[in-house]
Amino acid sequence: MPTHESTADGTATRERTAGETAADGEGGPIIEAVGLGRDFVRSEGRFLRRTRRTVSAVRDVTFTVRPGEIVGYLGPNGAGKSSTMKMLTGILTPTSGSVRVAGMEPSRQRTRLAREIGVVFGQRTTLWWDLPLRDSLTLTRHLYRVPAAVHAERLAELTELLELGPFLGTPVRQLSLGQRMRGDLTAALLHAPRLLVLDEPTIGLDVVSKSTIREFLLRVNRERGTTILITTHDLGDVERLCDRVMVIDHGRLAFDGGLTELRATVPTPRVLVVDLVAPAPAIEVAGATAVRVDGPRQWLELADNPARVIAAVTRQHEVADLTLREPDIEGVVSALYRGGRAP
Amino acid sequence: MADLLPANAPEAPRPPRPPRPGPRDGFLREVRRALRAYVLLAWTWCRAVAQYPMALSLLTFGVALSSLAEMGAVAVVFGHAGTLAGFSVYEGLLVYALAATAFGTADFLMGSVERLGEHIRSGSFDTMLVRPVPPLVQLATDQFSPRRLGKAVPALIVLVFVLVVCDVDWTAGRVLMLPVLVVSGVVICCSVWLLGGCLQFFVLDARQAANSLTYGGQALTEYPVAIYGRSLVRAVTFVVPLAFVSWQPALYLLDRPDPTGLPGVLRFLGPLVAVVLALAAALVWRLGLRHYRSTGS
Repeated sequence: MPTHESTADGTATRERTAGETAADGEGGPIIEAVGLGRDFVRSEGRFLRRTRRTVSAVRDVTFTVRPGEIVGYLGPNGAGKSSTMKMLTGILTPTSGSVRVAGMEPSRQRTRLAREIGVVFGQRTTLWWDLPLRDSLTLTRHLYRVPAAVHAERLAELTELLELGPFLGTPVRQLSLGQRMRGDLTAALLHAPRLLVLDEPTIGLDVVSKSTIREFLLRVNRERGTTILITTHDLGDVERLCDRVMVIDHGRLAFDGGLTELRATVPTPRVLVVDLVAPAPAIEVAGATAVRVDGPRQWLELADNPARVIAAVTRQHEVADLTLREPDIEGVVSALYRGGRAP
Repeated sequence: MADLLPANAPEAPRPPRPPRPGPRDGFLREVRRALRAYVLLAWTWCRAVAQYPMALSLLTFGVALSSLAEMGAVAVVFGHAGTLAGFSVYEGLLVYALAATAFGTADFLMGSVERLGEHIRSGSFDTMLVRPVPPLVQLATDQFSPRRLGKAVPALIVLVFVLVVCDVDWTAGRVLMLPVLVVSGVVICCSVWLLGGCLQFFVLDARQAANSLTYGGQALTEYPVAIYGRSLVRAVTFVVPLAFVSWQPALYLLDRPDPTGLPGVLRFLGPLVAVVLALAAALVWRLGLRHYRSTGS
């Protein structure tokens, strides 16, 4: 897999050789958010005792995304991820600050911006529920005014890459989650958007579907130079796809940088779960500390290479089973917020 | 990995994009595009329901039957009373047919707007907002079905029949004004539908309240409004101007003085009222879009 730098550079070169003007932001950042904020007014209590309270879903978020980047936008539920995404796509109007996407102001130029971006919501489909997938995609072609020949070519390419063939004629409501997600991705890419906004695209998918989609996204980014902004709770997505992550918590941008940098900021050790054949006192091996003992099961926090620790453990004890637990992104984020302590 | 895709490799880096519209896109061009999108979406939905031809024809027949039955009920009411507020059976049916035509057509064109609340709740309104087509067009064509013609077509047939039977003095002015009045009625009804729908931007469960305006309004305009109390007549003339859908046009076509004593010039104001109401509805729609808060997740 090429490194982030080479991807970004390659894209930038392609952008320039394509002879596009820089006037509409093509040369500059594709997303530019300055002091972005969104408040919601909540009414509480009933009738006469009703009080209005302002809740800030997003506060003072500033960032830029350059063309060709794959950026992960992470944070726990209710942190403001979706609200930010909705402001970027023009669904929500910001209450403060400003945002420009592809040189446009999303909430004011929403319809025009829609031609430049592709949006996929993992939780709901953008396809027409009752129509066969093929009809949905044809309709998309008309709505985005893609020439028929170009559409046919792209559809053929995407059909091959995402293996849509067997279910193109099936109504969307009958598709499995994985099939539907591939259909949604196709619909979002048929008009060759410059920016792909993905809101939890792998939620609820099995391992194979997840990896198909990840490889596909990497390829789209590499070959078309499509910028990808992705929210997810899946650390696998982040590790495979993103070179840069932004973490939002309580509406504020808590971190913006590389994935390794994020891991370095927050020491979240992996945990080795060891099932011994018989209960034993806490295991003592180099490179790991037992943090919990529950009968024959022990939890070891790893500070060293897991292979070495496993070897040491199996030398000392008779082991029935081993599981290696990766810290999930929630853990990383909450650790980040609690001042670097592991969860 | 890139070599797995040799056929498309030359095209892949920057696929051609349709020319971007200029900063000042003509308003008429936008309207034409919106209309084209409307027809396209409506046609797609029609094709989807046409996969079940039996269900479609039975439903259409059922809707047509029930709207004819309603008109029969009007005839029965008038048949017993002889005249109502000085209106004979056929004149009463004229009022009814004008109202039913306007409401039926509005329902055909924009009926789905009342489901805005559902779309907001389920999040499908968000997906409408990220497509390059006005969300109003997508909302209006959602679940579009030819079955909805079952309301408008019988009403139109009865309207033609009643206009032939009634003693209308067909001057050139009346002939020209008739389509204008009918179209104004349709526009007024569409605007009321849209306003009712917009209510759900602000109060999610407002569909029932909105229905009192849309369907309630329909019931109200089906009879000569002179049979109702004076204050109600004023309300439907000046507050929610439903009197211009059927009552005032009927007075004009039959050349009657207004039995409720309102000035006679009102019957010519239908088109103006339609334009003003449509603008108001458009404004509220835009306001609603700007204040749209979406749902969680």
